[in-house]
Amino acid sequence: MSSVIDILDLSTKDIEELISVACDIIANPDNYAEKCKRKKLATLFFEPSTRTRLSFEAAMYELGGNVIGFSAANNSSAAKGESVSDTVRTVSCYADIIAMRHPKEGAPMVASMATDIPIINAGDGGHNHPTQTLADLLTIYREKGRFNDLTVGLCGDLKFGRTVHSLINALSRYSGIKFVLISPDELRLPDYVMNNVLIKNEIPYEVTTDLLKSMPELDILYMTRVQRERFFNEQDYIRLKDSYILTPDKLETAKSDLCIMHPLPRVNEISVAVDKDPRACYFKQVLNGKYIRMALILKLLGVE
Amino acid sequence: MVIDSINNGIVIDHITSGMSMTLYRFLNLDKLTCSVAIIKNAPSSKNGKKDIIKIDNLIDIDFDVLGYLDPGVSVNTIKDGKIVSKFKPQLPERLVGVIKCKNPRCISQDEQELTHIFKLTDRENRIYRCIYCESKAK
Repeated sequence: MSSVIDILDLSTKDIEELISVACDIIANPDNYAEKCKRKKLATLFFEPSTRTRLSFEAAMYELGGNVIGFSAANNSSAAKGESVSDTVRTVSCYADIIAMRHPKEGAPMVASMATDIPIINAGDGGHNHPTQTLADLLTIYREKGRFNDLTVGLCGDLKFGRTVHSLINALSRYSGIKFVLISPDELRLPDYVMNNVLIKNEIPYEVTTDLLKSMPELDILYMTRVQRERFFNEQDYIRLKDSYILTPDKLETAKSDLCIMHPLPRVNEISVAVDKDPRACYFKQVLNGKYIRMALILKLLGVE
Repeated sequence: MVIDSINNGIVIDHITSGMSMTLYRFLNLDKLTCSVAIIKNAPSSKNGKKDIIKIDNLIDIDFDVLGYLDPGVSVNTIKDGKIVSKFKPQLPERLVGVIKCKNPRCISQDEQELTHIFKLTDRENRIYRCIYCESKAK
């Protein structure tokens, strides 16, 4: 493995190793403080990002490494029309590893074909975002201690939500997983994910529009934002939007050890009042994202 | 209608009726300087009618193009007036530079001289997806 473009580039063994290293980093951060001394991470962000870019940068700094890069396409030669391949070939002369976000789907794959240094896909349009999935997996592992025998509710925009698709791909490789797909009809999981992942691998799933009805059986509730612009008419949006806002009263029937997740940023789909609930894990996800990115950087750089 | 037989060349037979011009275009046969005969709607015992392409030279044929566009064809290689090999192209695992991705959000729309590559993801339903964005080939 030299680059991570898609979560499926990582075997379940790779993921278990990354989680093991991440847990060791959490337990013994001082042991890792100089692991990447004199190594440079280039963060090539062709579109804005708060969490992901800062998470990568914090990860590299905590490993004792340095960071170079840009945070918007107009700060790079892309604004002059330079190709992704040429940008990456150039940056490869300065850096040991690249984390790239790009609005075009497949750009990180093109980057990985243009260089020998590792490329980490930090999000390519609505396509893949493997390190978010790794952050999700580390959170699930730390909260539940396992990846099998879980009922996972995915709620909100399941059609365009790339984090949802990646998480389904990743968890479908474990046994005893059941998905409850909670969304308005307009934002249901695309057929190709349903057919190629769930049906093909005989993963049990349930499609519903009713969050409350599903709540009691869930071990994990993964919320995503329902976006107004995805609806064809305003009336449907108004009719459905409040069904998918998580409030403390909707959690009354939930399990006591439910794990509430969200890739963030949230707008209003999780009430701020839920933040005080010990089952709220979405800010833990952010922190776990940094640790798992540290583990991934170490693995891709071959640092023991 | 009589078309001269060829001594050294290639005959693409059992082309689905009406597909010969598409194959001609995708195989870049217009760039050849040798004789190329396109026979449309020839009688076929199997399908009623078929198209045939005869190329009066031993050229390299892109079997992936044939396997993707018309997997029922057979390719006969002729040397000294005799058929020396028959080949039925299969659905290829990858299509390199044959078709283009139509997804406007795909990097292949922007990146200079990037080869469009598709992989076969569902053989039964003949579904190919772009390796960059995973959009289905149309």
